[in-house]
Amino acid sequence: MSAGQEKTTEARPHRWQMVIDLDRCTGCEACVVACHAENNIRISGAQEAAEGRAINWIRIERYWEGEYPDVKAKFMPVLCQQCADAPCEPVCPVYASYHTPDGLNAQVYNRCIGVRYCGNNCPYTARQFNWFDPHWDPPLQEQLNPDVTVRQNGIMEKCTFCVQRIRQGKEQAEREGRPVRDGDITPACVQSCPSTALVFGDGNDPDSQVAQMSKSRRGFHLLESLGTHPAITYLKRLDE
Amino acid sequence: MPAINRDLLAPLAPGGHGYVLLVVFLSAIVSAGAGAWIYQIETGMGQTNLHPPIFWSAYIASFVYWIGVSHSGTFISGVLRLSKAEWRRPITRIAELMTIISVVIATLFVFYHLGRSWRWYYLIPYPNQREIWPDFRSPLMWDATAVFTYATASTIYLYLPLIPDFALARDRIGGWRRPIYAALSLGWQGSQQQWQALNTAIRIITPLIVMVMISVHSIVGYDFGMSLVPGWHTSIIAPYFVVGAVHSGLGMVAIGLYVVRRTYRLETYIRLEHFDKLGKLMVVMTLTLAYLYFSDQLTVWYGKVPDHMAVLHSVMSGTFAVPQWTMITLIYVLPLLTLTIPAFRHWPLGMMLIGLSINVGMYIERMLILIPPLSHPRLSYNWSDYFPSWVELTIMAGSFALAVLLYVLAVKFVPIISIWEEKEGHLHGRESQ
Repeated sequence: MSAGQEKTTEARPHRWQMVIDLDRCTGCEACVVACHAENNIRISGAQEAAEGRAINWIRIERYWEGEYPDVKAKFMPVLCQQCADAPCEPVCPVYASYHTPDGLNAQVYNRCIGVRYCGNNCPYTARQFNWFDPHWDPPLQEQLNPDVTVRQNGIMEKCTFCVQRIRQGKEQAEREGRPVRDGDITPACVQSCPSTALVFGDGNDPDSQVAQMSKSRRGFHLLESLGTHPAITYLKRLDE
Repeated sequence: MPAINRDLLAPLAPGGHGYVLLVVFLSAIVSAGAGAWIYQIETGMGQTNLHPPIFWSAYIASFVYWIGVSHSGTFISGVLRLSKAEWRRPITRIAELMTIISVVIATLFVFYHLGRSWRWYYLIPYPNQREIWPDFRSPLMWDATAVFTYATASTIYLYLPLIPDFALARDRIGGWRRPIYAALSLGWQGSQQQWQALNTAIRIITPLIVMVMISVHSIVGYDFGMSLVPGWHTSIIAPYFVVGAVHSGLGMVAIGLYVVRRTYRLETYIRLEHFDKLGKLMVVMTLTLAYLYFSDQLTVWYGKVPDHMAVLHSVMSGTFAVPQWTMITLIYVLPLLTLTIPAFRHWPLGMMLIGLSINVGMYIERMLILIPPLSHPRLSYNWSDYFPSWVELTIMAGSFALAVLLYVLAVKFVPIISIWEEKEGHLHGRESQ
């Protein structure tokens, strides 16, 4: 058992986890688009993208392997790893980056003053900063998600595991007087992945798909040696 | 001793045309910097060239640099006062003024850096309805505390030895300034009891200020050392920062000594022996800093951890090689080649130029501490590069001009050489003969 799994027995009702099967990822970026739509991520435009400032909560990292003409492109979706021991949390001087009782790494937008230490200390470069006030070309502003805050200039933001959907799922289950069932809650990226490379669920439920899959022998955590205990398990590619 | 009073109060007289021109010129640059800052606040931090993964750069590098310069006063004056070095007398005030002004400038850079500078007060532990306090686990909170302590302590440290000099100015200088000097001299009459109280106070605060000085720059180092960033996460960073700070501080004192001496014709007070002693101290600091730097880089190189090697390669032979080797030349090679020659240390202009070389080099060094490690995060997909934007450069230039401007203004109000300590030195000299 890897170091990352030691923390699964914490006394929490849920432990939200994700499995990313690299063998199934085609690098199509549907997750990136879905995330933009769901989470009101600002449209950066060509200029800002060229300056390296396009905000993405999930990105497809592309690595080339081999020498031409025998080259392979390898894709790896990277998002906030929702670490159990998150390096971004203790360095924030104002508790904007903090650990929720649900075990998620939350970013409190109206507390953030933009010192950006969290951005430096995240080994996954998952955190993004709002360099300007957000802007949507009409009619795109009409499709903003009312469940998600629009972030202003000068603060950090990052993947929330679609916390609004998690909350919705929990409330629905509570109304119906039943526990949250596996598959009730689906973040936008998971929902839109055509090859089902992404799987989301409660790691505390031993029968959930995510709990089953994360036990796979192909499983590993990104930069595991840093001891951040990520909630995301990657499954190694199977090719050749 | 009327001559010494006349000589050392002379700089307080109203300045001529040249002085006014200088003030106007500096104010213009300060205004440009202020304009750039307002523009940045209005439009967003995007006016800098920051982008992921480089979330800190020129502003934080400048903060570190200016905190470093502030060590001029506390080191020169504190350590030399503690060790009862006679040659410190004409230098302490020049250096202490630098300390206060550079702490102010450094603090400004924190505000330039904040994404929402209008919410800076979240950093203060004030009682509030939501019962949220700042997080003291964050090195940035240690830093805020340390810098505040340092600013307070060094203001007291500058002020205490000024009391007798303010009293002298009160008695000798008329006009609108008299009531200000009168208030600031706290009714100083020069009685035996007052002298005893003053000397006791100075004896108490001197060792304290030296300790605060060491802690402040260590904590500035911890801002980097406590992170996981390859190239920052090293235990040597605290002493390295302290010594680097003293290095640039001594360089700045050399510049200050030269300029003050030349402008106000103080050759009888700031003598060649002072440059000589300062030069020797600078050699010690150059060697100490080089030793720490070498230990750190050797460890990284020998360890061959890939994440760390990426940073090392980029500075030694990659993207950042030009600034790196310029820095090595300016802060290590040039000072060692020149300051080890006794005749050179007796050449004030040369000493000033070496001070300049060290300071330019240390500014580059601070940039190199920030940028190459941040440019090379562990997931190499995100590697990047950085050069300051014109907004960042304008703000840096404006802040530099503000430092010089504050100094130029302060010289007209504060006796730039501690008059009573200088007199005390003369008496000591006479007694020992």
